[in-house]
Amino acid sequence: MAHFKKKQAGTKQEVPTSAMPDVVFMLLFFFMVTTVLREVTLKVKIDLTKATNIEKIEEKRLVSYIYMGPERLPNNRLGNDKVQIDDSIVDDIGAIRQLMYDKLLQEQRMIVSLRVDESSEFGLLTDVQEELKKAQTFRINYSTKSEATRN
Amino acid sequence: MLLKKRERESAEINGSSMADIAFLLLIFFLVTTTINVDTGIGMVLPPPLDPTEEPPPVRERNLMKILVNETGLIMMDEEPTPIDEVQNKLIEFIKNPEGNEELSISPQAAIVSLKTVRQTPYRIYIDMLDEVIGAYAFLRNEAANENFSRDYSQLNKEQKDIVDDIYPKKISIAEPDPE
Repeated sequence: MAHFKKKQAGTKQEVPTSAMPDVVFMLLFFFMVTTVLREVTLKVKIDLTKATNIEKIEEKRLVSYIYMGPERLPNNRLGNDKVQIDDSIVDDIGAIRQLMYDKLLQEQRMIVSLRVDESSEFGLLTDVQEELKKAQTFRINYSTKSEATRN
Repeated sequence: MLLKKRERESAEINGSSMADIAFLLLIFFLVTTTINVDTGIGMVLPPPLDPTEEPPPVRERNLMKILVNETGLIMMDEEPTPIDEVQNKLIEFIKNPEGNEELSISPQAAIVSLKTVRQTPYRIYIDMLDEVIGAYAFLRNEAANENFSRDYSQLNKEQKDIVDDIYPKKISIAEPDPE
């Protein structure tokens, strides 16, 4: 009881922490808004190549991704080059046309970002590009990492 | 006496653990957030070619044919070229300051055709494309400095359009030959 009395009698020594939740919540909301949770699980291995003359895509909403690279197999082995759209591997290249066309209908200004493994062969890429042409999705972007400028 | 004291204590909700909860959520989102801006080389694909229709005629001198094989060796208009000379050659071809008969008539007419084989690794293809884009970036920057005394990246939309008209980016990605 004596202890209790003493606490009330003394002057307040604590730092007021009542505003801390507000601060933390503010940060929380910031990260919640910026987080993109629609990250797909990659079923293909992708190491992006580097390029110097690149540009940023500002409007992330418009971007839809196509992944290309060697398929990840169990036991850390890698298979043949495959195409992945959304969460699944597309074995039939001809099916890409319909998939991408459906996406284009939802967003007319769609940009297709091609995330291709650096060792993938150009042949597969050109097949996919042919399908994209037929699907009328002409705006593409070869996703690359940035490289320090040489000059 | 004891009863009264308890009532008084429970009148306020203890909010001290709120910060802990918020911190936990904050850390979760901090860890999961990836603020990666997507960067890359933007291109616009041409509409599919009608097989019955002949492609439009292009004069030979306006076309720069770049061939790349799967080991990264480059041919520019039938001439083997190391990769670090590609950009300079392209700039010379597009601008053609001396009016050379074999180079492009005007920057507007210049077309760069990039052709490779199916076995080419993506890395080599992008390196090559990067050089072509780099040549155009250099020329546009130069034109921007001449006309507006500013770098291309600092121009506004209308000024960029003017510069883009001086050096239109005409890059054709040729289909590889079927085997």
